[in-house]
Amino acid sequence: MAETAELKEREQKLQGMGTSLLRKEDARFIRGQGTYIDDIKMPGMLFGAIVRSPYAHARIKGIDKAKALACPGVVAVLTAADLKPVKLDWMPTVGGDVQAVLAGEKVHFQYQEVAMVLATDRAAAYDGAALVEVDYEELPAIVDPKKALLKDAPVLREDIVDKKDLTHGPRTHPNHIFTWEAGNKAAADAAFKGAEVTVREEILNPRVHPCPLETCGCVASFNKATGYLTLYVTTQIPHLFRTVLAMLSGIPESKIRVVGGDIGGGFGNKVPIYPGYVVATVASIVTGVPVKWIESRIDNISTTGFARDYHCVGELAADRDGRIKGLRFTALADHGAFNSHVSATKLPAGLFSICTGSYAIPNTYCRVDAVFTNKAPGGVAYRCSLRVTEAIYLIERMMDVLAQKVGVDKAEIRRRNFVKAEQFPYTTGFGWTLDSGNYHAALDKVLKAVDYEGLRREQAAKRADPKSPTLMGIGISTFTEIVGAGPTKVCDILGVGLFDSCEIRVHPTGGVIARLGTMTQGQGHSTTYAQIIATELGLPASDIVVEEGDTDKAPYGAGTWGSRSTPVSGAATAVAARKIKDKAKKIAAHLLEVAEGDLEWEIDRFKVKGNPSQFKTMKELCLVSHTGNLPAGMEQGLNAVAYYDPPNLTFPFGAYLCVLDIDKFTGEAKVRRFYALDDCGTRINPMIIDGQIHGGLTEAFAVAMGQQIPFDENGNHLGNSLMDYFLPTAVETPAWETDHTVTPCPHHPLGAKGVAESPHVGGIPCFSNAVIDAFSHLGVTHMDMPHSAYRVWQKCNALGLNKR
Amino acid sequence: MIPREFEYHAPRSLPDAIGLLKQLGEDAKLLAGGHSLLPMMKLRFAQPAHLIDLGKIAELRGISQAGNEIRIGAMTTEHDLLGSRLLAEKAPLLVEGAGWIADPQVRYKGTIGGDISHGDPGNDHPALMIALDASFVLTGPKGERVVKADGYFLGLYSTQLAADEILTQIRIPVPAAGSGWSYQKLKRKTGDFATAATAVLLQMKGRSVARASIALTNAGPTALRAREAEASLAGKEINDASLNEAARLAMKICDPAPDQRGDAQYKRAMCGEMTRRALQAAHARAKG
Amino acid sequence: MAKTHKVSFKLNGKPVEAAVEARELLIYTLRERLGHTGPHIGCETTHCGACTVDLDGMSVKSCTVLTVQCEGADMTTIEGMEQGGTLHALQQAFHEEHGLQCGYCTPGMITRAYRLLKENPNPSEQDIRKGIAGNLCRCTGYQNIVKAVQSAAKKLAAAR
Repeated sequence: MAETAELKEREQKLQGMGTSLLRKEDARFIRGQGTYIDDIKMPGMLFGAIVRSPYAHARIKGIDKAKALACPGVVAVLTAADLKPVKLDWMPTVGGDVQAVLAGEKVHFQYQEVAMVLATDRAAAYDGAALVEVDYEELPAIVDPKKALLKDAPVLREDIVDKKDLTHGPRTHPNHIFTWEAGNKAAADAAFKGAEVTVREEILNPRVHPCPLETCGCVASFNKATGYLTLYVTTQIPHLFRTVLAMLSGIPESKIRVVGGDIGGGFGNKVPIYPGYVVATVASIVTGVPVKWIESRIDNISTTGFARDYHCVGELAADRDGRIKGLRFTALADHGAFNSHVSATKLPAGLFSICTGSYAIPNTYCRVDAVFTNKAPGGVAYRCSLRVTEAIYLIERMMDVLAQKVGVDKAEIRRRNFVKAEQFPYTTGFGWTLDSGNYHAALDKVLKAVDYEGLRREQAAKRADPKSPTLMGIGISTFTEIVGAGPTKVCDILGVGLFDSCEIRVHPTGGVIARLGTMTQGQGHSTTYAQIIATELGLPASDIVVEEGDTDKAPYGAGTWGSRSTPVSGAATAVAARKIKDKAKKIAAHLLEVAEGDLEWEIDRFKVKGNPSQFKTMKELCLVSHTGNLPAGMEQGLNAVAYYDPPNLTFPFGAYLCVLDIDKFTGEAKVRRFYALDDCGTRINPMIIDGQIHGGLTEAFAVAMGQQIPFDENGNHLGNSLMDYFLPTAVETPAWETDHTVTPCPHHPLGAKGVAESPHVGGIPCFSNAVIDAFSHLGVTHMDMPHSAYRVWQKCNALGLNKR
Repeated sequence: MIPREFEYHAPRSLPDAIGLLKQLGEDAKLLAGGHSLLPMMKLRFAQPAHLIDLGKIAELRGISQAGNEIRIGAMTTEHDLLGSRLLAEKAPLLVEGAGWIADPQVRYKGTIGGDISHGDPGNDHPALMIALDASFVLTGPKGERVVKADGYFLGLYSTQLAADEILTQIRIPVPAAGSGWSYQKLKRKTGDFATAATAVLLQMKGRSVARASIALTNAGPTALRAREAEASLAGKEINDASLNEAARLAMKICDPAPDQRGDAQYKRAMCGEMTRRALQAAHARAKG
Repeated sequence: MAKTHKVSFKLNGKPVEAAVEARELLIYTLRERLGHTGPHIGCETTHCGACTVDLDGMSVKSCTVLTVQCEGADMTTIEGMEQGGTLHALQQAFHEEHGLQCGYCTPGMITRAYRLLKENPNPSEQDIRKGIAGNLCRCTGYQNIVKAVQSAAKKLAAAR
């Protein structure tokens, strides 16, 4: 008994994996001592303010800088003409396209960058920017992607009109970017031909924006004497950024330092390399002093990486019991004016082919056609795991559509089509090998927890009561995510693999410092990685320091996006720690004068098998490793670095259920209950996981129930400030109930899968399904997001539900 | 994010403020709580050369009762309105309405006078003032005049306030004992302007309506008094039929501007719905 | 050169002075002149609340106040919450209840919660949600923030 208590105590001291360790990063944030980009001040620093186009599509006839230059405090005004000599008026994108850094002859979207005013202080920069005079000749704009490929559509990208291919295959029209397809169209068509039941639905995933609370910005500092460039920047990808900067600027990569400090939320918005960063960098190179550029909120919503804008058609073929026999999903993708979103080389539509979701579906085919429009560039962002939100939204919506068509319960139809537990690892029709899962168990657990049958009975009763002022909706989402990009054999960005890294140094007195190639923006990396190392090395997490973000110090990695940190760098951490542990074991064996095979590991020490009083703690070994008392030929130290190329992506999954009540007379939907069960494999810090679920569900709620980036027919923004862009307050945000199952990942050293995007991917269709379910007894099969009160009321009104 | 340059004045007395306003004329704007004006200036939609801050004029704050009239200084903040026991007891409609304005921080600074003077049809006080049959004391170089709230609002950002006048006080006749009240505000989220909102003050005599005041927020270029709807209720019971009719008549006078909150059809329908709900809630509170 | 105004006020208990143009917003004076980068900027339309400070007993969005309006004011920011090396109950509670992730909304949120608990020392969950409706958060979904405020309310009540 005493033995177990002692073991427990030693384990608790470590605060390793599985504990809800309070966060180490909190100390500075609760004191207001974080260092975010706008907190950085450097001597002689200039401030840059960007002049932006009021038109979505226009020729630039001329730019007059005179009044701006005469404004007190203004030092310079940079335009495309100033960037041309250094060949930076345009920059190559990771999507095989080019993007204007500052518009030269044309502007392609409203608020596009046209000039940067540099001044000695912020106010002067804004004053100067208001005085730059640009002469525009307005051109007809394309806002509806369906109009982009019409024969007489205006040509948007005159600069690449002769380019037949943007590295993703032949272009069929000047406004066409690529067509990508996967699966077997012939097999799918045959399945549809012979099917007992088919369903088809046009489904929109509207343009939305991640809108982190901190906008994007940078401080660029070029040292003319040393030729060394330092860029402090809101980036989720410090190393990739450095590599691209080297390619763009011609400055050797060894003389570039990118620093991601504290970042106030990323959600994919801080992955792209924005024109503002490039101009600020050029400005610093030209002036030789640091240049700060911080965008406004309106700039952020209007011009930085948006998400979605996928116009889809979903089709399923099935038997009359709802067992799916074929799938055809196509999407028209509105990429905006440039193809600039993060794009793995062979995957221009990201991981869209995960669209078979949690189901065993044969005869599958999907296609994405991407086009240019006169809107800001982007598309992949916002907790989407690379188009996975789009894919899972489609399949989860279509499951409900199919359920309604064949008259099968929406939970039951999922059960009938799930990949079964014994089928894992399961390779989908599109070639993804789902690593592990138990979808039936997850769904059953949720249905039991909420008394699903009782809810359906209640719903039936309400439907039978004509006086009921509300419509009750039950939404289900059983999603499978694909995260942890990724194996070098599957994906790369500009040829650079998406491996990641961890470098661990152990100090003589037992402390540890670990540096990684990922980049936290609030996900709790300082705590989570420390917990991994604590368990692996038997040293307390409180003595483990974690650093990320400074490319001078951290080993190379692809940053943090697509929930890849735990799957990739978490694995690298375990691998590096185990290298150290192996070495420590050899030292222990040497000290204890036994063979390695005679030792066993117990929490924080190596014990001699059968002779437990003979042991060496890891703490002791830390000091010894720095002495001469080592096995012959062994180097001093307990240090290791691991670069991990994952063998596969990981596939966290979940089952969510939402109950909501819709006011027939106003269209308002009130979420009564939201139950979220997530399976992310091994759970490192349950408290942090729950926090991520709360946040992801809240963002899903915002997307499903109110977010959109609306334009008029001339490409003017209609709601690009926080007045209109729906960020819910604590009042609107529902309370979240979380639950979990654990199905470890078989190919990950810790069995962990990553989790932070799951609630977003799974949450959006859950809300949407709930709203539509509220109307399903009236024959409604689909309603596009956002499900704002206004839009939902329009359905109530059309169905005459609001008559008294 | 940064306003254009301007000169700042902080007079310590009302005569000084009026003097400054007359002297600076069109180039000056009055600064009350600043939470309508400063956001416009930060986006450079407004670029006044002078700001006259009324914040140091103590006599412009305060809530008191004189006879059968409640008097509120124009610079009284929403937060002060919410904390006033006098208002909670005598004019709870105003308290309910103020509670729906923006958020806690904005309510600490936003003033009832600023909200009224701005002339934004989306602001909540105009309809509340009309429903409460309030009057405004306008003070200028020639002295004071008192103007009724009903008729004060002329159009978008346009009121009866002359260029050289300052709104100094709001006067509200204490509603009859046993009056019911309600402000029903439909919004996209907490803190938003109204998609539609209705203020109702209701006096019952037994089961019949003795007097109804109905005013609409954001249903047109100004707050609107729903006179026909009011008239339709006189002497009637509150039931489905009378509610339907009142809502229909309120909707009839709506001319809402379509925006991201909804098109004209939706806003008009919501005006009807908020009117109905406000009448129902007021009725539930009324003791006739 | 625009006219500058000399403004003196108390910041976290200490007297400070700044010479500012009339148009300078309080948030910039705090962050750029007085070295208090705790309050943050998240928007320019007075919606997000990241800039919230406590001014003369009021929760105020410092992005919508001119520094010239603050002569003689008594101001507290997040930097003033910790006293004599001891964290305020709210700071401790945010940590214990995991009420923060990226930390960007946190200074404004804690500063607002500070005043909220003075207005209402025993708030219900609804009171708290309404009470922080002027502070947006993108990371936490508010759930743990509410728990943190509830926890702090209990501790402060027990200490009285």
